[in-house]
Amino acid sequence: MRGEKSGIRFKTVLPWAAGGAVLLLWTASRLWPVFSFGERVGRTSLEMIREVAGILPVMFILVGLFEVWVPRKSIERFLGREAGWKAVPWLILLATVQAGPLYGAFPVALGLARKGCSPRNVFIYLGAFSTLKIPLLTFEVGFLGWQFSLARVLLSLPAFIFVGVLVDRLVPGWTPPEFPASSLSPALSPKIEQPSKVSR
Amino acid sequence: MIYLAVFTAAALLASIIADRRRTWAGIVFGARMLVKILPALVLMVAAVGLLLSALNPRFLESLFGGGGVVPFLAGLAVGAVALIPGFIAFPLAGLLRSNGVSTAVLAAFVTSLLMVGVVTLPLESRFFGQKAALWRNVLSLLAAAVVALAMSLVLT
Repeated sequence: MRGEKSGIRFKTVLPWAAGGAVLLLWTASRLWPVFSFGERVGRTSLEMIREVAGILPVMFILVGLFEVWVPRKSIERFLGREAGWKAVPWLILLATVQAGPLYGAFPVALGLARKGCSPRNVFIYLGAFSTLKIPLLTFEVGFLGWQFSLARVLLSLPAFIFVGVLVDRLVPGWTPPEFPASSLSPALSPKIEQPSKVSR
Repeated sequence: MIYLAVFTAAALLASIIADRRRTWAGIVFGARMLVKILPALVLMVAAVGLLLSALNPRFLESLFGGGGVVPFLAGLAVGAVALIPGFIAFPLAGLLRSNGVSTAVLAAFVTSLLMVGVVTLPLESRFFGQKAALWRNVLSLLAAAVVALAMSLVLT
């Protein structure tokens, strides 16, 4: 059991060690200006922090509101197991109108899963998000041409659907991790009986 | 990204007007989620800082240039590991193409960049469990290889 424990410890330490390494490299480059790698690392990390800080707070507010307002039944109906393949166009539509990096889609996908979106559809959504965002396509067409974009989109479409189906098969009985541990008081979690919109 | 922020602000406002208590519960939910993934987030930022600083266009060119299997695999590998926003990645890909990198290699780089995220894997595991995150990335890498091969056949 000792090994297992140290494994967990390694995992908890790793992020902070990596963050510390970045700080260390950056400090070294400050003290010793010839060391330009450290300066680049610091600059890239700072850019990344800016990007994350610009996206994730918005995402988490949205997911929080989604959690307390959207009734489970509506998501279940359109994206649940019973929806079958009819869910796929909805998933693609949902994914294409969004923007930003894939890690911004993780909380959204988890939010959907918590509301009864089936595992297969969660993974198809992630695939659609990663390949088909419209803002991304405009850039791609501009720099690589529409033939490239069109070929990629048409070929990726069956590919990520297939990936979603396979992940669903390979991880049977997948359920969204219970986190944060359901903290909503029953009175606040949306019920099926009560209307989703409170009259103003 | 801006319209998403505007949309969120509007939704937040509407939610506050409708039910302040429920809005607060939602925000607390979101904030807890954010705190839970914070370590994975730090790891991602550090990994991006370290990896992207090691890559530069000239290095990529030497890696991707020429024909054969090696540049293709390099494209897949670099795409899988890198986390580059689209507005940087596509101009970079355009630059690589004008410097003679083949369509197959570019397709490999772009598809695997979009579909596979090694540096976001810790974060993805936190959200969806390690097994599912790992499988999704492994299968997406294979899918990216197939898509890129098919693209190179279609486009040439």
